[in-house]
Amino acid sequence: MTTPAAGKAFAHRLLADMLRIRRLEEKCAELYGATKIRGFLHLYIGEEACAVGVLHALGPGDNIVATYREHGHALVRGIAMGAIMAEMFGKASGCSGGRGGSMHLFDQATRFYGGNAIVGGGLPLAAGLALADKMQGREGITACFFGDGAMAEGVFHETMNLAALWQLPVLFCCENNFYGMGTALHRAQAQTDLCVKAAAYPMATAKVDGMDVLAVHAATLEAAARVREEGRPFFLELQTYRFRAHSMFDPDLYRDKAEIEAWKKRDPVDTFPARLRAEGRLTDAELRALEAAAEAEVAAAVKFAEAAPLEPVETLLRDVHTPEGEP
Amino acid sequence: MKTSYREALRQALHEALSSDTRVFLMGEDVGRYGGAYAVSKGFYDEFGPERIRDTPLSELGFVGLGVGAALGGMRPIVEVMTVNFSLLALDQIVNAAAVLRHMSGGQFSVPVVVRMATGAGRQLAAQHSHSLENWYAHIPGIRVLAPATIGDARGMLAPALADPDPVVIFEHAQLYNLEGELPADWRCDIRSAAVRRPGSQVSVITYGGCLPKALQAAEMLAAEGIDAEVVDLRVLRPLDTEAIAASVGKTHRALVVDEGWKTGSLAAEVVARIVEDSFYDLDAPPRRLCSAEVPIPYARHLEEAALPQAETIAAAVREMLNA
Repeated sequence: MTTPAAGKAFAHRLLADMLRIRRLEEKCAELYGATKIRGFLHLYIGEEACAVGVLHALGPGDNIVATYREHGHALVRGIAMGAIMAEMFGKASGCSGGRGGSMHLFDQATRFYGGNAIVGGGLPLAAGLALADKMQGREGITACFFGDGAMAEGVFHETMNLAALWQLPVLFCCENNFYGMGTALHRAQAQTDLCVKAAAYPMATAKVDGMDVLAVHAATLEAAARVREEGRPFFLELQTYRFRAHSMFDPDLYRDKAEIEAWKKRDPVDTFPARLRAEGRLTDAELRALEAAAEAEVAAAVKFAEAAPLEPVETLLRDVHTPEGEP
Repeated sequence: MKTSYREALRQALHEALSSDTRVFLMGEDVGRYGGAYAVSKGFYDEFGPERIRDTPLSELGFVGLGVGAALGGMRPIVEVMTVNFSLLALDQIVNAAAVLRHMSGGQFSVPVVVRMATGAGRQLAAQHSHSLENWYAHIPGIRVLAPATIGDARGMLAPALADPDPVVIFEHAQLYNLEGELPADWRCDIRSAAVRRPGSQVSVITYGGCLPKALQAAEMLAAEGIDAEVVDLRVLRPLDTEAIAASVGKTHRALVVDEGWKTGSLAAEVVARIVEDSFYDLDAPPRRLCSAEVPIPYARHLEEAALPQAETIAAAVREMLNA
């Protein structure tokens, strides 16, 4: 695992992954307009530093549980961009065989347990995965992503209590973008200091600037190390902001333009390369190369998804139950 | 061997816990208390608090943990004390357990077993007397079992745990004290319905807590010269439609007895299958005997009147045969 003080190459990887997510999702928005992608599509644009910082601090033996705004997490975790795009196209080569779509990206190989589109629904699953690891003596921890909105759900409180009570190795990663769909945090929750809520269970907490990828990475390394060493849950609040609307159906009438513009000044895809340049760790040519690589990967992913086959209707009833003979 | 339904369930759980270290039991008061229906009495001392897990009153949370633990390679048995409280856990059963395999394109199976007591008959009033088996039987992706005999109480758990997908088991609260012989061949499948009493004139098709009542009704009718067949559905999803059609093909009359309310009931589904599959075998319109369309009342005489009883089952059969 890489330390936050690591050098240029690591910083470039973080930047590359943020750019990959950004370019992928910009293309998704375009393809939604072109009706290639349908259903709900929730963009992560603006929040990239969270997934990139957290996931680069975890290992291959750890479990990941994510939400319906999970394209970035899936990509950084290692699911091929082509398989993600094909999933959104509803193609058989998608990472969930075209049965899930944008909100339900899954991958057994990288221990990526979805893509959960019921707010808070992933929380007890994550605690259950951690319980299974603990009972089987496995080393891994489980990272569970959710938003500030999930912290108003009853299942959040039930899960936090169980995780603390049973000392389960879960890293709770709250991506606080200050809105549950269109309702601002302060209009929905009496206690807006989310760490205070989590600390009640009790568990260790930390609040970090979710627009600063290095800060997220460092905070996650520290939090994950504690979860591993102590075998207890940890609550990490990542303060961030989505630049786009909640979904493609959202006219975004509930936020001040000035608020959105103020957050955009902190766009990690701009501020991080600017910082690296100022530190002499990124040249213009290097940035152009990273940009070009991301764009080429997106183009290839679209090409893959376009060419990918549709599942024949004859197998419609597949994957409702496990076929006999499979574990 | 003389035993009880409760003891048969207990033996099945004991065997599962003893033979597979991935199996553990969790739920409200399953441990130190010994289980709300005393099914897991003594297990806490024998298997320890790691494998007999007392949970807080968090049905949604601990059922979700069971689903997650199943994803993670364990074989959890989650006891939700009663179907009434399972409403608090519906999201994790319907939106997680039942769909994860499908949504993941077949990558993740969920081998969780959820057990719960169901049914009325003990003057527990409207909030503790539900029979909502058909809500679960509506959902693709889960298997729904209703053990109604001592043999099935003993035999159904092992195949349920061997099933790689979620299984929901309904134990009717009135059956726990049922006493009788444990059949030598209690090992069973979780696919087929069973003819519990062969007959020739009418098929009484039922499940769960209504099975003993149907058998009692059949005895009463036999004394009057009416030969009723009693079919125990056993598996509420997927339904054994072949067994239903075979029985109706033989008797040409069907009465479906269901403790659920008639509107939108499991009985409605069974009758629809009979009409679709066996219409030309029928000598009379199929009939349903269900609970009255009222929240289950507390007063004993009113509760008895609200539920199917042996006498009302027998009366319905007589009407169908104009006897």
